[in-house]
Amino acid sequence: MADKKISLTKADRFNVMWHSQFLQGSWNYERMQNGGWAYSLIPALRKLYSNKDDMSAALQRHLVFFNTHPYLASPIIGVTLALEEDKANGAPVEDEAIQGVKVGMMGPLAGVGDPVFWYTVRPILGALGASMAISGNVMGPILFFVLWNLIRIGFLWYTQELGYKAGSAITKDMSGGLLQKVTRGASMMGMFVLGALIERWVSINFVPVVSKTPIQKGGYIEWSKLPDGAAGIKQALIQYNNGNGLSLTKYKTTTLQNNLDQLIPGLAALLLTFLCMWLLKKKVSPIWIIIGIFVVGVLFHLWGIL
Amino acid sequence: MNAIQMILVVVVAFLAGMEGILDEWEFHQPLVACTLIGLVSGHLSLGVMLGGSLQMIAMGWANIGAAVAPDAALAAVASAIILVQGGQGVSGIGTATGIAIPLAVAGLFLTMIVRTISTAIVHIMDSYAKKGNWRMINVWQWIAVCLQGLRIAIPAAALLAIPSSAVRAALSSMPSWLTEGMTIGGGMVVAVGYAMVINMMASREVWPFFAIGFALAAINDLTLIALGAIGLSLALMYLALEDKAGKGGSSNNAASGTGDPLGDIIDDY
Repeated sequence: MADKKISLTKADRFNVMWHSQFLQGSWNYERMQNGGWAYSLIPALRKLYSNKDDMSAALQRHLVFFNTHPYLASPIIGVTLALEEDKANGAPVEDEAIQGVKVGMMGPLAGVGDPVFWYTVRPILGALGASMAISGNVMGPILFFVLWNLIRIGFLWYTQELGYKAGSAITKDMSGGLLQKVTRGASMMGMFVLGALIERWVSINFVPVVSKTPIQKGGYIEWSKLPDGAAGIKQALIQYNNGNGLSLTKYKTTTLQNNLDQLIPGLAALLLTFLCMWLLKKKVSPIWIIIGIFVVGVLFHLWGIL
Repeated sequence: MNAIQMILVVVVAFLAGMEGILDEWEFHQPLVACTLIGLVSGHLSLGVMLGGSLQMIAMGWANIGAAVAPDAALAAVASAIILVQGGQGVSGIGTATGIAIPLAVAGLFLTMIVRTISTAIVHIMDSYAKKGNWRMINVWQWIAVCLQGLRIAIPAAALLAIPSSAVRAALSSMPSWLTEGMTIGGGMVVAVGYAMVINMMASREVWPFFAIGFALAAINDLTLIALGAIGLSLALMYLALEDKAGKGGSSNNAASGTGDPLGDIIDDY
Protein backbone atom coordinates (compact mmCIF):
# COMPACT_ATOMS: atom_id res chain seq x y z
CA MET A 1 0.00 0.00 0.00
CA ALA A 2 2.70 2.44 1.03
CA ASP A 3 4.74 2.03 -2.13
CA LYS A 4 1.72 2.56 -4.36
CA LYS A 5 1.35 6.24 -5.19
CA ILE A 6 -2.18 7.62 -4.93
CA SER A 7 -2.81 10.38 -7.43
CA LEU A 8 -5.82 12.48 -8.28
CA THR A 9 -7.21 11.90 -11.76
CA LYS A 10 -8.63 14.57 -13.98
CA ALA A 11 -12.11 13.32 -13.09
CA ASP A 12 -11.35 13.78 -9.39
CA ARG A 13 -10.15 17.30 -9.98
CA PHE A 14 -13.18 18.10 -12.09
CA ASN A 15 -15.38 16.79 -9.30
CA VAL A 16 -13.63 19.12 -6.86
CA MET A 17 -14.17 22.03 -9.24
CA TRP A 18 -17.86 21.16 -9.46
CA HIS A 19 -18.16 21.01 -5.67
CA SER A 20 -16.33 24.32 -5.33
CA GLN A 21 -19.32 26.05 -6.90
CA PHE A 22 -21.01 25.62 -3.52
CA LEU A 23 -18.14 27.25 -1.65
CA GLN A 24 -20.30 29.96 -0.14
CA GLY A 25 -23.30 27.75 0.64
CA SER A 26 -22.69 27.63 4.38
CA TRP A 27 -21.21 31.14 4.61
CA ASN A 28 -21.30 32.05 8.27
CA TYR A 29 -20.19 34.87 10.53
CA GLU A 30 -17.73 32.74 12.47
CA ARG A 31 -15.45 31.08 9.90
CA MET A 32 -17.06 32.32 6.66
CA GLN A 33 -16.42 29.87 3.80
CA ASN A 34 -14.97 27.03 5.91
CA GLY A 35 -17.86 24.57 5.43
CA GLY A 36 -17.90 25.08 1.68
CA TRP A 37 -14.13 24.74 1.53
CA ALA A 38 -14.22 21.34 3.25
CA TYR A 39 -17.15 20.32 1.05
CA SER A 40 -15.19 21.25 -2.09
CA LEU A 41 -12.20 19.11 -1.10
CA ILE A 42 -14.18 16.06 0.01
CA PRO A 43 -14.07 14.28 -3.40
CA ALA A 44 -10.27 14.47 -3.32
CA LEU A 45 -9.88 13.70 0.40
CA ARG A 46 -12.01 10.58 0.04
CA LYS A 47 -9.59 9.23 -2.53
CA LEU A 48 -6.45 10.25 -0.68
CA TYR A 49 -7.34 9.15 2.85
CA SER A 50 -9.03 5.78 3.04
CA ASN A 51 -8.08 5.53 6.72
CA LYS A 52 -10.77 7.01 8.95
CA ASP A 53 -8.33 8.75 11.31
CA ASP A 54 -6.50 10.42 8.43
CA MET A 55 -9.83 11.48 6.95
CA SER A 56 -10.94 12.97 10.27
CA ALA A 57 -7.68 14.91 10.60
CA ALA A 58 -7.99 16.18 7.04
CA LEU A 59 -11.59 17.30 7.51
CA GLN A 60 -10.73 19.15 10.70
CA ARG A 61 -7.71 20.72 9.02
CA HIS A 62 -9.97 22.19 6.34
CA LEU A 63 -12.79 23.44 8.56
CA VAL A 64 -10.79 26.42 9.80
CA PHE A 65 -11.49 30.01 8.81
CA PHE A 66 -11.36 30.66 5.09
CA ASN A 67 -12.65 33.53 2.99
CA THR A 68 -11.80 34.81 -0.46
CA HIS A 69 -13.51 35.63 -3.71
CA PRO A 70 -15.53 32.51 -4.66
CA TYR A 71 -13.87 32.14 -8.09
CA LEU A 72 -10.34 32.99 -6.98
CA ALA A 73 -10.60 30.14 -4.48
CA SER A 74 -9.94 27.82 -7.42
CA PRO A 75 -6.18 28.38 -7.75
CA ILE A 76 -5.91 27.96 -3.96
CA ILE A 77 -7.86 24.72 -4.18
CA GLY A 78 -5.48 23.56 -6.92
CA VAL A 79 -2.41 24.21 -4.78
CA THR A 80 -4.06 22.57 -1.77
CA LEU A 81 -4.85 19.48 -3.85
CA ALA A 82 -1.19 19.22 -4.86
CA LEU A 83 -0.07 19.54 -1.23
CA GLU A 84 -2.64 17.06 0.09
CA GLU A 85 -1.63 14.58 -2.60
CA ASP A 86 2.01 14.80 -1.53
CA LYS A 87 1.02 14.45 2.10
CA ALA A 88 -1.12 11.40 1.43
CA ASN A 89 1.85 9.82 -0.38
CA GLY A 90 4.00 10.24 2.68
CA ALA A 91 5.80 13.50 1.96
CA PRO A 92 6.48 15.52 5.13
CA VAL A 93 3.92 18.28 4.46
CA GLU A 94 3.02 19.91 7.76
CA ASP A 95 -0.50 21.10 8.47
CA GLU A 96 0.99 24.54 8.99
CA ALA A 97 2.33 24.57 5.42
CA ILE A 98 -1.13 23.93 4.01
CA GLN A 99 -2.63 26.59 6.29
CA GLY A 100 0.10 29.02 5.28
CA VAL A 101 -0.59 28.58 1.58
CA LYS A 102 -4.33 29.07 2.09
CA VAL A 103 -4.00 32.16 4.24
CA GLY A 104 -1.19 33.60 2.15
CA MET A 105 -3.17 33.36 -1.06
CA MET A 106 -6.71 34.20 0.03
CA GLY A 107 -6.08 37.86 0.81
CA PRO A 108 -4.32 38.99 -2.37
CA LEU A 109 -6.60 36.88 -4.56
CA ALA A 110 -9.78 38.33 -3.07
CA GLY A 111 -8.36 41.72 -3.98
CA VAL A 112 -8.15 40.62 -7.62
CA GLY A 113 -11.53 38.92 -7.86
CA ASP A 114 -13.71 41.80 -6.70
CA PRO A 115 -12.61 44.41 -9.26
CA VAL A 116 -12.32 41.91 -12.10
CA PHE A 117 -15.53 39.92 -11.67
CA TRP A 118 -17.95 42.01 -9.62
CA TYR A 119 -16.95 45.45 -10.91
CA THR A 120 -15.87 44.86 -14.49
CA VAL A 121 -17.10 41.64 -16.07
CA ARG A 122 -20.52 41.51 -14.42
CA PRO A 123 -21.46 45.18 -14.92
CA ILE A 124 -20.37 45.02 -18.56
CA LEU A 125 -22.17 41.78 -19.38
CA GLY A 126 -25.12 42.89 -17.24
CA ALA A 127 -25.40 46.24 -19.01
CA LEU A 128 -25.07 44.57 -22.39
CA GLY A 129 -27.87 42.13 -21.54
CA ALA A 130 -30.02 44.75 -19.83
CA SER A 131 -29.79 47.22 -22.71
CA MET A 132 -31.22 44.53 -24.98
CA ALA A 133 -33.73 43.32 -22.39
CA ILE A 134 -35.26 46.73 -21.71
CA SER A 135 -36.86 46.64 -25.15
CA GLY A 136 -38.09 43.09 -24.50
CA ASN A 137 -35.37 41.26 -26.42
CA VAL A 138 -34.97 37.82 -24.83
CA MET A 139 -31.46 37.52 -26.28
CA GLY A 140 -30.31 39.95 -23.56
CA PRO A 141 -30.74 37.60 -20.58
CA ILE A 142 -29.61 34.58 -22.63
CA LEU A 143 -26.42 36.33 -23.72
CA PHE A 144 -25.67 37.41 -20.16
CA PHE A 145 -26.28 33.97 -18.69
CA VAL A 146 -24.34 32.00 -21.31
CA LEU A 147 -21.33 34.31 -21.55
CA TRP A 148 -21.03 34.72 -17.80
CA ASN A 149 -21.09 31.01 -17.09
CA LEU A 150 -18.70 30.14 -19.92
CA ILE A 151 -16.20 32.65 -18.57
CA ARG A 152 -16.75 31.53 -15.00
CA ILE A 153 -16.46 27.77 -15.48
CA GLY A 154 -13.51 28.23 -17.81
CA PHE A 155 -11.83 30.34 -15.17
CA LEU A 156 -12.57 27.91 -12.30
CA TRP A 157 -11.20 24.93 -14.19
CA TYR A 158 -8.18 26.60 -15.74
CA THR A 159 -6.94 28.29 -12.57
CA GLN A 160 -7.53 25.19 -10.45
CA GLU A 161 -5.43 23.15 -12.89
CA LEU A 162 -2.82 25.89 -12.88
CA GLY A 163 -2.65 25.77 -9.09
CA TYR A 164 -2.54 21.97 -9.03
CA LYS A 165 0.30 21.74 -11.57
CA ALA A 166 2.37 24.57 -10.17
CA GLY A 167 1.90 23.46 -6.56
CA SER A 168 3.16 25.81 -3.91
CA ALA A 169 5.48 27.54 -6.39
CA ILE A 170 2.44 29.50 -7.58
CA THR A 171 2.28 31.57 -4.40
CA LYS A 172 5.24 33.59 -5.65
CA ASP A 173 3.69 34.20 -9.09
CA MET A 174 0.39 35.21 -7.57
CA SER A 175 1.80 38.08 -5.58
CA GLY A 176 3.91 39.16 -8.56
CA GLY A 177 3.34 41.67 -11.30
CA LEU A 178 0.93 39.83 -13.59
CA LEU A 179 -2.00 39.72 -11.19
CA GLN A 180 -1.56 43.33 -10.28
CA LYS A 181 -1.57 44.19 -13.95
CA VAL A 182 -4.79 42.27 -14.55
CA THR A 183 -6.44 44.09 -11.66
CA ARG A 184 -5.31 47.48 -12.88
CA GLY A 185 -6.32 46.77 -16.47
CA ALA A 186 -9.74 45.64 -15.28
CA SER A 187 -10.17 48.82 -13.25
CA MET A 188 -9.30 50.96 -16.26
CA MET A 189 -11.71 49.22 -18.55
CA GLY A 190 -14.32 49.12 -15.78
CA MET A 191 -14.10 52.87 -15.22
CA PHE A 192 -14.34 53.53 -18.96
CA VAL A 193 -17.50 51.47 -19.23
CA LEU A 194 -18.94 53.04 -16.07
CA GLY A 195 -18.50 56.49 -17.54
CA ALA A 196 -20.35 55.34 -20.63
CA LEU A 197 -23.11 53.65 -18.63
CA ILE A 198 -23.77 56.73 -16.53
CA GLU A 199 -24.24 58.78 -19.68
CA ARG A 200 -26.49 56.17 -21.29
CA TRP A 201 -28.57 54.77 -18.47
CA VAL A 202 -29.00 57.26 -15.64
CA SER A 203 -32.04 59.12 -16.89
CA ILE A 204 -32.87 62.55 -15.60
CA ASN A 205 -35.07 64.83 -17.63
CA PHE A 206 -35.77 68.35 -16.38
CA VAL A 207 -39.04 69.44 -17.91
CA PRO A 208 -39.36 73.16 -17.00
CA VAL A 209 -39.51 75.32 -20.10
CA VAL A 210 -36.76 77.91 -20.23
CA SER A 211 -37.81 79.78 -23.32
CA LYS A 212 -40.56 79.69 -25.92
CA THR A 213 -39.76 81.74 -29.00
CA PRO A 214 -41.89 82.04 -32.14
CA ILE A 215 -40.42 80.57 -35.34
CA GLN A 216 -40.64 82.68 -38.48
CA LYS A 217 -43.02 81.71 -41.23
CA GLY A 218 -41.71 78.86 -43.36
CA GLY A 219 -39.85 77.32 -40.43
CA TYR A 220 -42.84 75.31 -39.25
CA ILE A 221 -45.44 73.11 -40.86
CA GLU A 222 -48.55 75.04 -41.75
CA TRP A 223 -51.13 72.41 -40.88
CA SER A 224 -54.11 74.34 -42.28
CA LYS A 225 -52.55 74.42 -45.76
CA LEU A 226 -51.93 70.67 -46.03
CA PRO A 227 -54.19 68.50 -48.24
CA ASP A 228 -56.80 66.31 -46.54
CA GLY A 229 -56.38 62.67 -45.49
CA ALA A 230 -53.38 60.44 -46.13
CA ALA A 231 -51.88 62.86 -48.65
CA GLY A 232 -51.71 65.50 -45.90
CA ILE A 233 -50.03 63.12 -43.48
CA LYS A 234 -47.51 62.19 -46.16
CA GLN A 235 -46.83 65.85 -46.92
CA ALA A 236 -46.38 66.64 -43.22
CA LEU A 237 -43.94 63.76 -42.76
CA ILE A 238 -41.91 64.88 -45.78
CA GLN A 239 -41.74 68.41 -44.39
CA TYR A 240 -40.87 67.19 -40.89
CA ASN A 241 -38.08 64.98 -42.31
CA ASN A 242 -37.38 63.06 -39.08
CA GLY A 243 -36.97 66.25 -37.11
CA ASN A 244 -34.42 67.69 -39.53
CA GLY A 245 -36.98 69.68 -41.55
CA LEU A 246 -39.72 72.00 -40.45
CA SER A 247 -40.88 72.33 -36.87
CA LEU A 248 -44.19 70.81 -35.77
CA THR A 249 -45.36 73.91 -33.91
CA LYS A 250 -45.17 77.65 -34.32
CA TYR A 251 -42.94 77.98 -31.28
CA LYS A 252 -39.49 76.69 -30.42
CA THR A 253 -39.54 75.49 -26.81
CA THR A 254 -36.30 75.00 -24.94
CA THR A 255 -36.45 73.01 -21.71
CA LEU A 256 -33.90 73.15 -18.95
CA GLN A 257 -32.75 69.73 -20.16
CA ASN A 258 -31.97 71.06 -23.67
CA ASN A 259 -29.74 73.70 -22.13
CA LEU A 260 -27.93 71.19 -19.95
CA ASP A 261 -27.43 68.84 -22.90
CA GLN A 262 -25.68 71.62 -24.78
CA LEU A 263 -23.00 71.73 -22.11
CA ILE A 264 -22.45 67.99 -22.21
CA PRO A 265 -25.11 65.29 -22.54
CA GLY A 266 -25.66 63.49 -19.26
CA LEU A 267 -24.28 66.23 -17.04
CA ALA A 268 -27.10 65.91 -14.51
CA ALA A 269 -26.57 62.15 -14.34
CA LEU A 270 -22.88 62.67 -13.71
CA LEU A 271 -23.52 65.16 -10.92
CA LEU A 272 -26.06 62.81 -9.32
CA THR A 273 -23.48 60.01 -9.41
CA PHE A 274 -20.87 62.24 -7.77
CA LEU A 275 -23.40 63.19 -5.10
CA CYS A 276 -24.06 59.49 -4.41
CA MET A 277 -20.31 58.80 -4.21
CA TRP A 278 -19.90 61.62 -1.73
CA LEU A 279 -22.81 60.40 0.40
CA LEU A 280 -21.45 56.84 0.34
CA LYS A 281 -18.05 58.13 1.48
CA LYS A 282 -19.86 59.92 4.32
CA LYS A 283 -21.04 56.42 5.36
CA VAL A 284 -24.65 57.03 4.37
CA SER A 285 -26.22 53.61 3.76
CA PRO A 286 -26.90 52.94 0.05
CA ILE A 287 -30.40 51.88 1.00
CA TRP A 288 -31.21 55.32 2.43
CA ILE A 289 -29.78 56.97 -0.68
CA ILE A 290 -31.97 54.80 -2.89
CA ILE A 291 -35.09 55.57 -0.85
CA GLY A 292 -34.14 59.26 -0.85
CA ILE A 293 -33.87 59.31 -4.64
CA PHE A 294 -37.34 57.77 -4.99
CA VAL A 295 -38.79 60.39 -2.63
CA VAL A 296 -37.07 63.17 -4.57
CA GLY A 297 -38.33 61.67 -7.84
CA VAL A 298 -41.94 61.71 -6.63
CA LEU A 299 -41.75 65.20 -5.07
CA PHE A 300 -40.00 66.80 -8.05
CA HIS A 301 -42.52 65.22 -10.37
CA LEU A 302 -45.35 66.71 -8.30
CA TRP A 303 -43.70 70.12 -8.50
CA GLY A 304 -43.25 69.81 -12.25
CA ILE A 305 -39.46 69.81 -12.24
CA LEU A 306 -38.89 66.24 -13.45
CA MET B 1 -51.54 31.62 -12.75
CA ASN B 2 -52.37 27.96 -12.42
CA ALA B 3 -50.90 25.58 -9.84
CA ILE B 4 -48.08 24.31 -12.07
CA GLN B 5 -47.00 27.84 -12.92
CA MET B 6 -46.99 28.76 -9.23
CA ILE B 7 -44.81 25.77 -8.39
CA LEU B 8 -42.40 26.69 -11.17
CA VAL B 9 -42.21 30.28 -9.88
CA VAL B 10 -41.36 28.96 -6.41
CA VAL B 11 -38.66 26.74 -7.97
CA VAL B 12 -37.16 29.77 -9.73
CA ALA B 13 -37.30 31.64 -6.41
CA PHE B 14 -35.46 28.77 -4.73
CA LEU B 15 -32.70 28.85 -7.34
CA ALA B 16 -32.42 32.61 -7.00
CA GLY B 17 -32.12 32.30 -3.22
CA MET B 18 -29.35 29.70 -3.51
CA GLU B 19 -27.44 31.79 -5.99
CA GLY B 20 -27.89 34.90 -3.90
CA ILE B 21 -25.24 33.44 -1.61
CA LEU B 22 -23.30 31.16 -3.97
CA ASP B 23 -22.83 33.84 -6.64
CA GLU B 24 -21.90 31.33 -9.33
CA TRP B 25 -24.63 30.72 -11.93
CA GLU B 26 -26.16 34.15 -11.33
CA PHE B 27 -29.79 32.99 -11.18
CA HIS B 28 -30.31 35.75 -8.62
CA GLN B 29 -29.40 38.56 -11.02
CA PRO B 30 -32.63 40.37 -11.98
CA LEU B 31 -31.91 39.84 -15.66
CA VAL B 32 -32.04 36.07 -15.18
CA ALA B 33 -34.56 35.75 -12.31
CA CYS B 34 -37.21 38.08 -13.78
CA THR B 35 -36.87 36.48 -17.21
CA LEU B 36 -37.34 32.98 -15.77
CA ILE B 37 -40.41 34.07 -13.77
CA GLY B 38 -41.77 35.73 -16.89
CA LEU B 39 -41.12 32.54 -18.83
CA VAL B 40 -42.86 30.15 -16.42
CA SER B 41 -45.81 32.47 -15.84
CA GLY B 42 -46.39 33.10 -19.54
CA HIS B 43 -45.31 36.76 -19.56
CA LEU B 44 -41.85 36.31 -21.05
CA SER B 45 -41.30 39.71 -22.63
CA LEU B 46 -42.69 41.50 -19.57
CA GLY B 47 -40.24 39.61 -17.35
CA VAL B 48 -37.36 40.36 -19.72
CA MET B 49 -38.13 44.10 -19.65
CA LEU B 50 -38.43 44.23 -15.85
CA GLY B 51 -35.20 42.23 -15.56
CA GLY B 52 -33.42 44.71 -17.80
CA SER B 53 -34.46 47.76 -15.82
CA LEU B 54 -33.78 46.15 -12.43
CA GLN B 55 -30.39 44.88 -13.64
CA MET B 56 -29.35 48.46 -14.30
CA ILE B 57 -30.15 49.35 -10.69
CA ALA B 58 -28.53 46.25 -9.18
CA MET B 59 -25.31 46.76 -11.12
CA GLY B 60 -23.08 47.57 -8.16
CA TRP B 61 -24.63 45.22 -5.62
CA ALA B 62 -22.03 42.59 -4.76
CA ASN B 63 -21.27 40.23 -1.88
CA ILE B 64 -17.87 41.30 -0.67
CA GLY B 65 -16.53 39.62 2.43
CA ALA B 66 -19.07 40.20 5.15
CA ALA B 67 -20.22 43.50 3.61
CA VAL B 68 -23.93 44.07 3.19
CA ALA B 69 -25.32 44.94 -0.24
CA PRO B 70 -29.05 45.09 -0.98
CA ASP B 71 -30.36 41.67 -1.91
CA ALA B 72 -30.99 41.39 -5.64
CA ALA B 73 -32.64 37.96 -5.37
CA LEU B 74 -35.71 38.93 -3.32
CA ALA B 75 -36.04 42.23 -5.17
CA ALA B 76 -36.06 40.50 -8.55
CA VAL B 77 -38.33 37.60 -7.62
CA ALA B 78 -40.91 39.56 -5.64
CA SER B 79 -41.22 42.46 -8.05
CA ALA B 80 -41.58 40.05 -10.98
CA ILE B 81 -44.40 38.23 -9.17
CA ILE B 82 -46.12 41.53 -8.37
CA LEU B 83 -45.76 42.70 -11.96
CA VAL B 84 -47.28 39.50 -13.34
CA GLN B 85 -50.08 39.32 -10.75
CA GLY B 86 -50.86 43.03 -11.05
CA GLY B 87 -51.74 42.64 -14.72
CA GLN B 88 -50.80 46.22 -15.60
CA GLY B 89 -48.44 45.09 -18.35
CA VAL B 90 -45.54 47.25 -19.44
CA SER B 91 -46.88 50.32 -17.61
CA GLY B 92 -46.48 48.48 -14.29
CA ILE B 93 -42.69 48.13 -14.65
CA GLY B 94 -41.96 51.49 -13.02
CA THR B 95 -44.03 50.65 -9.96
CA ALA B 96 -42.63 47.14 -9.72
CA THR B 97 -39.11 48.58 -9.80
CA GLY B 98 -39.99 50.99 -6.99
CA ILE B 99 -41.44 48.19 -4.87
CA ALA B 100 -38.30 46.10 -5.44
CA ILE B 101 -36.08 48.42 -3.40
CA PRO B 102 -37.62 47.96 0.07
CA LEU B 103 -37.76 44.24 -0.73
CA ALA B 104 -34.03 44.25 -1.41
CA VAL B 105 -33.57 45.54 2.13
CA ALA B 106 -35.90 42.91 3.57
CA GLY B 107 -33.91 40.23 1.73
CA LEU B 108 -30.78 41.54 3.39
CA PHE B 109 -32.12 40.78 6.85
CA LEU B 110 -33.20 37.32 5.75
CA THR B 111 -29.64 36.65 4.51
CA MET B 112 -28.24 37.73 7.85
CA ILE B 113 -30.57 35.34 9.65
CA VAL B 114 -29.52 32.40 7.46
CA ARG B 115 -25.83 33.26 7.81
CA THR B 116 -26.27 33.20 11.56
CA ILE B 117 -27.98 29.81 11.39
CA SER B 118 -25.05 28.60 9.26
CA THR B 119 -22.73 29.34 12.17
CA ALA B 120 -24.50 26.58 14.06
CA ILE B 121 -24.33 24.33 11.01
CA VAL B 122 -20.54 24.50 10.76
CA HIS B 123 -20.34 23.46 14.42
CA ILE B 124 -22.34 20.36 13.52
CA MET B 125 -19.86 19.82 10.66
CA ASP B 126 -17.02 20.04 13.20
CA SER B 127 -18.46 17.20 15.21
CA TYR B 128 -18.80 15.01 12.11
CA ALA B 129 -15.27 15.90 11.05
CA LYS B 130 -14.00 14.50 14.34
CA LYS B 131 -15.64 11.20 13.45
CA GLY B 132 -14.26 11.38 9.91
CA ASN B 133 -17.81 11.27 8.54
CA TRP B 134 -17.60 13.17 5.24
CA ARG B 135 -21.07 12.11 4.15
CA MET B 136 -22.73 14.16 6.86
CA ILE B 137 -20.60 17.19 6.01
CA ASN B 138 -21.95 16.98 2.47
CA VAL B 139 -25.47 16.67 3.83
CA TRP B 140 -25.14 19.70 6.10
CA GLN B 141 -23.57 21.74 3.32
CA TRP B 142 -26.65 20.98 1.26
CA ILE B 143 -28.97 21.87 4.14
CA ALA B 144 -27.24 25.25 4.39
CA VAL B 145 -27.60 25.84 0.65
CA CYS B 146 -31.28 24.85 0.77
CA LEU B 147 -31.91 27.27 3.66
CA GLN B 148 -30.63 30.05 1.42
CA GLY B 149 -33.01 28.83 -1.29
CA LEU B 150 -35.96 28.81 1.11
CA ARG B 151 -35.06 32.37 2.13
CA ILE B 152 -36.50 33.50 -1.21
CA ALA B 153 -38.86 30.61 -1.99
CA ILE B 154 -40.99 31.12 1.15
CA PRO B 155 -41.63 34.86 0.59
CA ALA B 156 -42.36 34.08 -3.07
CA ALA B 157 -44.93 31.45 -2.09
CA ALA B 158 -46.48 33.90 0.38
CA LEU B 159 -46.78 36.54 -2.35
CA LEU B 160 -48.40 34.01 -4.68
CA ALA B 161 -50.92 33.18 -1.97
CA ILE B 162 -52.28 36.73 -2.16
CA PRO B 163 -55.07 36.64 -4.75
CA SER B 164 -54.11 38.53 -7.90
CA SER B 165 -57.31 40.58 -7.66
CA ALA B 166 -56.04 42.02 -4.36
CA VAL B 167 -52.65 42.85 -5.92
CA ARG B 168 -54.45 44.44 -8.84
CA ALA B 169 -56.69 46.52 -6.57
CA ALA B 170 -53.77 47.70 -4.47
CA LEU B 171 -51.74 48.70 -7.51
CA SER B 172 -54.59 50.48 -9.26
CA SER B 173 -55.41 52.43 -6.11
CA MET B 174 -51.99 54.07 -6.31
CA PRO B 175 -52.36 57.60 -7.68
CA SER B 176 -50.71 58.33 -11.02
CA TRP B 177 -48.35 61.00 -9.61
CA LEU B 178 -46.93 58.35 -7.30
CA THR B 179 -46.36 55.73 -9.99
CA GLU B 180 -44.96 58.29 -12.44
CA GLY B 181 -42.71 59.69 -9.74
CA MET B 182 -41.48 56.19 -8.92
CA THR B 183 -40.67 55.57 -12.57
CA ILE B 184 -38.64 58.81 -12.61
CA GLY B 185 -36.93 57.78 -9.37
CA GLY B 186 -36.17 54.39 -10.90
CA GLY B 187 -34.38 56.13 -13.75
CA MET B 188 -32.16 58.03 -11.33
CA VAL B 189 -31.57 55.36 -8.70
CA VAL B 190 -29.27 53.54 -11.12
CA ALA B 191 -26.64 56.13 -10.15
CA VAL B 192 -26.28 54.65 -6.65
CA GLY B 193 -25.01 51.32 -7.97
CA TYR B 194 -22.51 53.03 -10.23
CA ALA B 195 -21.36 55.25 -7.37
CA MET B 196 -20.73 52.15 -5.21
CA VAL B 197 -18.60 50.58 -7.94
CA ILE B 198 -16.67 53.78 -8.66
CA ASN B 199 -15.89 54.27 -4.98
CA MET B 200 -14.36 50.78 -4.94
CA MET B 201 -12.31 51.14 -8.11
CA ALA B 202 -11.38 54.77 -8.45
CA SER B 203 -7.73 55.74 -8.26
CA ARG B 204 -5.89 58.62 -9.81
CA GLU B 205 -4.74 56.69 -12.86
CA VAL B 206 -8.20 55.42 -13.88
CA TRP B 207 -10.17 58.70 -13.82
CA PRO B 208 -9.15 59.70 -17.39
CA PHE B 209 -10.67 56.42 -18.61
CA PHE B 210 -13.90 57.36 -16.88
CA ALA B 211 -13.94 60.78 -18.56
CA ILE B 212 -13.31 59.34 -22.04
CA GLY B 213 -16.04 56.75 -21.57
CA PHE B 214 -18.52 59.40 -20.44
CA ALA B 215 -17.78 61.70 -23.35
CA LEU B 216 -17.84 58.97 -25.99
CA ALA B 217 -21.14 57.54 -24.77
CA ALA B 218 -22.94 60.62 -26.08
CA ILE B 219 -22.27 59.33 -29.60
CA ASN B 220 -25.32 57.16 -29.99
CA ASP B 221 -23.94 55.21 -32.94
CA LEU B 222 -21.45 53.51 -30.66
CA THR B 223 -23.06 50.36 -29.27
CA LEU B 224 -22.13 48.97 -25.90
CA ILE B 225 -19.96 46.33 -27.56
CA ALA B 226 -18.11 49.02 -29.52
CA LEU B 227 -17.59 51.01 -26.31
CA GLY B 228 -16.32 47.88 -24.56
CA ALA B 229 -13.83 47.30 -27.37
CA ILE B 230 -12.57 50.88 -27.11
CA GLY B 231 -12.24 50.61 -23.33
CA LEU B 232 -10.37 47.32 -23.52
CA SER B 233 -8.01 48.63 -26.20
CA LEU B 234 -7.26 51.77 -24.21
CA ALA B 235 -6.45 49.73 -21.10
CA LEU B 236 -4.20 47.35 -23.06
CA MET B 237 -2.43 50.24 -24.77
CA TYR B 238 -1.87 51.99 -21.46
CA LEU B 239 -0.31 48.94 -19.87
CA ALA B 240 1.79 48.14 -22.94
CA LEU B 241 3.09 51.70 -23.23
CA GLU B 242 3.87 51.75 -19.54
CA ASP B 243 6.07 48.66 -20.00
CA LYS B 244 7.78 50.18 -23.02
CA ALA B 245 8.38 53.49 -21.28
CA GLY B 246 9.95 51.68 -18.36
CA LYS B 247 12.35 49.70 -20.58
CA GLY B 248 13.00 52.48 -23.08
CA GLY B 249 13.78 54.94 -20.33
CA SER B 250 16.38 52.70 -18.77
CA SER B 251 18.11 51.94 -22.09
CA ASN B 252 18.26 55.64 -22.95
CA ASN B 253 19.84 56.36 -19.63
CA ALA B 254 22.41 53.66 -20.24
CA ALA B 255 23.20 55.10 -23.68
CA SER B 256 23.67 58.66 -22.47
CA GLY B 257 25.67 57.35 -19.55
CA THR B 258 28.35 55.93 -21.85
CA GLY B 259 28.04 58.97 -24.10
CA ASP B 260 28.74 56.86 -27.19
CA PRO B 261 26.40 58.52 -29.76
CA LEU B 262 27.57 61.98 -28.88
CA GLY B 263 31.21 60.82 -28.87
CA ASP B 264 30.77 59.39 -32.39
CA ILE B 265 29.41 62.68 -33.70
CA ILE B 266 32.32 64.63 -32.21
CA ASP B 267 34.79 62.15 -33.64
CA ASP B 268 33.29 62.68 -37.13
CA TYR B 269 34.07 66.37 -36.90
